[in-house]
Amino acid sequence: MSLWEYANPVKFLRLSSKVLPWAWGLGVACLFIGLVWGFFFTPDDYRMGSTVKIIYLHVPSALMAINAWFMMLVASLIWLIRRHHVSALAAKAAAPVGVAMTLIALVTGAIWGQPMWGTWWVWDPRLTSFLILFLFYLGYLALWAGIGNPDTAADLTSILCIVGSVFAVLSRYAVNFWSQGLHQGASLSLDKEENVADVFYQPLLFSIAGFVLLFFALVLLGTRSEIQFRRARALSLRGNAQ
Amino acid sequence: MMPELGKYAVSVLSAYGATAIIFGVLVVYVLRRSAVAKAALAAQETSKDG
Amino acid sequence: MNALLVRDLKLAIRAGGGFGLALAFFLIVIVLVPLGVGPEMDILSKIAPGVLWLGALLACLLSLDRIFALDYEDGTLDLLVTSPLPLEAVIITKALAHWITTSLPLVVVAPLLAVLLGLPANGYLWLAISLLLGSPALSLIGTFGAALTLGLKRGGLLLSVLVLPLYIPTLIFGAEVAQRGIDGAAVQTPLLLLAGISFGTAAVLPFASSAVLRINLR
Repeated sequence: MSLWEYANPVKFLRLSSKVLPWAWGLGVACLFIGLVWGFFFTPDDYRMGSTVKIIYLHVPSALMAINAWFMMLVASLIWLIRRHHVSALAAKAAAPVGVAMTLIALVTGAIWGQPMWGTWWVWDPRLTSFLILFLFYLGYLALWAGIGNPDTAADLTSILCIVGSVFAVLSRYAVNFWSQGLHQGASLSLDKEENVADVFYQPLLFSIAGFVLLFFALVLLGTRSEIQFRRARALSLRGNAQ
Repeated sequence: MMPELGKYAVSVLSAYGATAIIFGVLVVYVLRRSAVAKAALAAQETSKDG
Repeated sequence: MNALLVRDLKLAIRAGGGFGLALAFFLIVIVLVPLGVGPEMDILSKIAPGVLWLGALLACLLSLDRIFALDYEDGTLDLLVTSPLPLEAVIITKALAHWITTSLPLVVVAPLLAVLLGLPANGYLWLAISLLLGSPALSLIGTFGAALTLGLKRGGLLLSVLVLPLYIPTLIFGAEVAQRGIDGAAVQTPLLLLAGISFGTAAVLPFASSAVLRINLR
């Protein structure tokens, strides 16, 4: 019994159909707790006023935007090394979710920045690298959409994802080098000094857990759809051949 | 019921609203794609049997 | 390798498109900028290094899809893949040919066009150096993009969407070198990073490109 057993699409479908309702339920519950707690039962920040409530959306989505790409990178590597179709399809399913997360992070950030910094957008390193990450997602999705043969598409997008990761990291440092920022430091590092206050921290953790679980659920569902599409395609090809 | 949001009410609410919209679009997209996939698979499987 | 390089160069010269078009495009972009921004020389000279870098980058992008397209259509590429020459070497040669026919002329012309934008006098040297150091990376990354979109219909637009984000670090460091050169600041750090990108892509990307090419020709 190993993890790789679930690389078998049939087993994956069976397991994921069991896991999915839990992921949905727990995700919605966590997000609900986090947001309600954060929205109704936390005080305003002394400096930022009530805008601090945006943190429960901004930080988790930003976190997931990066983690989604990281997940795609790992899945791409697994596909290239071990040739498990589920892995390639999971990478494909994660991309739209990642795009949405990046968009949420950018939009909530802009709405937050407007009253706090007096501007919707600054060419700050963090903001800029998120915009760049968004462009990488678009390129990745465009390549998936552009190629007809699914196996070729999986191979090429995987390589693009790996090369893109290297360049995304490079861009991150280049952008740091290119401009000094307005953006706050890390809000969740292990270094306690930098962190946000505890009042905001606990609901934030719930909200993050909710985002993670919903991301998991969406990717799982997306992967199932991709597998089903692939199977339908295989059946229709076989049907045509007869 | 509603907490006092002060002068930043518009910002906070629009941030929540925008997130709800983007997230909603994402969820609808994923669910629709899942439905389409299921339908396509079902169509293929029945045509094979028939 | 030499034979392939000479052949590619000859083809580019005879077909005429390679040299001329990219240069003309570069010229047009540089002419359009003052028309859009306004003729004030102090503004233009301020944005000159960035605009020149962008123009060179876009001109370079324009000719990328030809790197493999012609050879793919007439089957030469299949022969190259099966030839005793390693595919990585083929790709380096192709990138080199693209660099010589497209990027190098841009590097030579850029200081001339810089006059139009009123680039400060102490910027010319650093502009030329930054382009010279950075443009190999542009050609190499472009070759990777060209390999990815090989054989796709309407691949041109996709190619730009894929390649432009990958150009970001090169653009940042390249323009930074030129800018710091003008300001008289220390250029060493961005210069080294720019060189690092060029050599790094030369060392690693051909492997990725050849993997992509093999998949596409499967």
